[in-house]
Amino acid sequence: MATRTAARTRAAPRRDAAAAAARPADAPPSAALSRAQLLELYYWMRLTRTLEERLVALYRQTKVVGGLFRSLGQEADAVGSCFALERRDVMSPLIRNLGAMLVKGATPVEVLKQYMAKADSPTRGRELNIHFGDVGDPATTRGFVGQISPLGDMVPVMAGVTLSFKLRGEDRVGLVYVGDGATSTGAFHEGINFAAVQGCPLVVVVENNGYAYSTPTSKQTRAERFVDKAAGYGAPGERADGNDVLAVYDVTKRAVDRARAGGGVTLVELVTYRRKGHAEHDNQSYVPAGEIERWAAENDPIDRYAARLTGEFGFAQDELDATDARVRDEVDAATDVAEASPFPEPLDCLTGVYADPASAQPLWFREGILNAVERNERAEGWGTYRASEVTRTEAKIAGGND
Amino acid sequence: MSAVATEITYLEAIRQALFEEMARDANVFCLGEDIGAYGGAFKVTDGLLARFGESRVIDTPISETGIVGAAAGAAHMGMRPVVEMQFIDFIANAYDILTNYVATARYRAFLPCPMVVRGPSGGYVRGGPFHSQNPEAGFVHTPGLKVVYPATAEDAKGLMKAAIRDDDCVLFFEHKYLYRRVKAVMPEGDHVVPIGKARVAREGTDLSIVTYAATVWKALDAAEQLAREDGLSVEVLDLRTLAPLDDAAIEATVKKTNRVLVVHEDTRTGGLAGEITARISETCFEWLDAPVLRVTAHDVPLPYAPALEDFVLPQTADLVRAARRLAAY
Repeated sequence: MATRTAARTRAAPRRDAAAAAARPADAPPSAALSRAQLLELYYWMRLTRTLEERLVALYRQTKVVGGLFRSLGQEADAVGSCFALERRDVMSPLIRNLGAMLVKGATPVEVLKQYMAKADSPTRGRELNIHFGDVGDPATTRGFVGQISPLGDMVPVMAGVTLSFKLRGEDRVGLVYVGDGATSTGAFHEGINFAAVQGCPLVVVVENNGYAYSTPTSKQTRAERFVDKAAGYGAPGERADGNDVLAVYDVTKRAVDRARAGGGVTLVELVTYRRKGHAEHDNQSYVPAGEIERWAAENDPIDRYAARLTGEFGFAQDELDATDARVRDEVDAATDVAEASPFPEPLDCLTGVYADPASAQPLWFREGILNAVERNERAEGWGTYRASEVTRTEAKIAGGND
Repeated sequence: MSAVATEITYLEAIRQALFEEMARDANVFCLGEDIGAYGGAFKVTDGLLARFGESRVIDTPISETGIVGAAAGAAHMGMRPVVEMQFIDFIANAYDILTNYVATARYRAFLPCPMVVRGPSGGYVRGGPFHSQNPEAGFVHTPGLKVVYPATAEDAKGLMKAAIRDDDCVLFFEHKYLYRRVKAVMPEGDHVVPIGKARVAREGTDLSIVTYAATVWKALDAAEQLAREDGLSVEVLDLRTLAPLDDAAIEATVKKTNRVLVVHEDTRTGGLAGEITARISETCFEWLDAPVLRVTAHDVPLPYAPALEDFVLPQTADLVRAARRLAAY
């Protein structure tokens, strides 16, 4: 698969010998990126945008089951920051970090299936958008923990993930994304404070995109800069232009390197802008006239980076165009696969609440499961029922929930 | 063979379970407020720091959300954290992350949370409003969490060991009234009591008292008094685990005695007794000779003064009164 090709490129970075030799000692981390890696950053941002544009089309066709949350204009902050991680590291994204998920190994087809609530989506139709995880053995998992909607809660969870790295002496780092709104929660404070006290190898990325749903940052906090909050935790802080993918990479890479070297928590503030509403249904009536247009015209992260690639880095426009074409092909192929996938069977929803018992007790009045229940229910009470068994025998429940 | 088998307290039984499980499995570690050098507010973790060191006995900031969240994150990565809530009342601070995150992680995202959240709960100790609550009902109501609440020292140890080994999040309520009041000789060897199984604490044929935690002992006292003064044979069912409920054991005692009194220390409205009563009426209606009765705390925050606390919480006399009414129905 093409996305894997790109990921392999990053796993075995090749520095351009001449460029490396010419690099001064205090050069930013991005100066060490190879030409392949520079193009790869472009690829991930373009993939994020194209995939979201496809999701918009599917949303309008009512094939996306729930809401749709865009990261338009924020592709650089998600991609550049996650690019600073190694495969063995663990990351927890926010709703607008589709780009980070892709960099960390989530595939377009997984994302499309999630949004379309398909049976073979990463969460088998139980969760939406990028709320899914893949952690465990670093050799076989990609290292992301799906976010949840109560904001700030993932900061203490990632404090615990990174605490486990520290306790086991593992050479791994964690990165958690929060928005400007989430910094107002108690969970954010408790998590970063705990991680800082314990010296956990954690990078906390605050994406300051101007709005939390409809609430502007000025109504979220009196602080001018989120990076200043770092001092309150005794942690270093760094701030960067979130629409400059290399600047994002640089600050995050320094924070990741510091964490890996035993330097504990760093708070990174990335200043960006949310060009779409909280979700696709949000008409953004609260945004001052002209603000969105100004950011789109003057500060689009992909346009900015493309200009640098063809300018200071000497890429040919053809190379970028070829990347765009490859991305379109990949998204087309993923869409075909996702659309062809089936929806989940209702009975499957009973399994997996616990490791043991393996399924929840079915309610007797649900049409289609009565016979199965009669056979099993009273034998040993809670948990004797196995949904998979019933799926095979009684199988097809006609109408779902009613 | 050991010399004389000695009785240990409910509290010491929990402490033993923590020691044994930490020694058995390097992935088990404890975290909470003042659990290290101080040994915990009630001394449940006393000696753990000296034995296992700072990396496995972690004194935390005052931050229940942070502690539970960190436990969940570590559990995702294969650790088995045991969180102490200094008083279980403070679990309310972690309600969001427990119900929204921990309880749903496996179901939503296939992220296991093998962790224990334990702490002293319950009244009868003049602790006042913030140190006497029984918040189990809200968690029993949340799919994805298991809830355990032992009444005896043997169960306190055996269920704690089972909770630590369980692959899901177990909320382990310890009754602080029982901490130093009940004792037992521990069974030999690796004593593990399975989660989800109730225990008949006293056999009987005339009526059943279904209960858990400290009120098990009130029920046993009431049964004794009813046998002596009324010639009634009262069965006492100690639930031990509240989620999952042992429906089979509840059904069995109902079918045996046909009259049921459900007793708990928690307040009445929305309490677990309502759920148990409803289950009995759905599955055992034709076996009942009387309406299911409840004895619970009054629907008020728990007051401090002895006369007030005694009035609010279920007492043996309340159980006797209710049982007599049930028997006469």
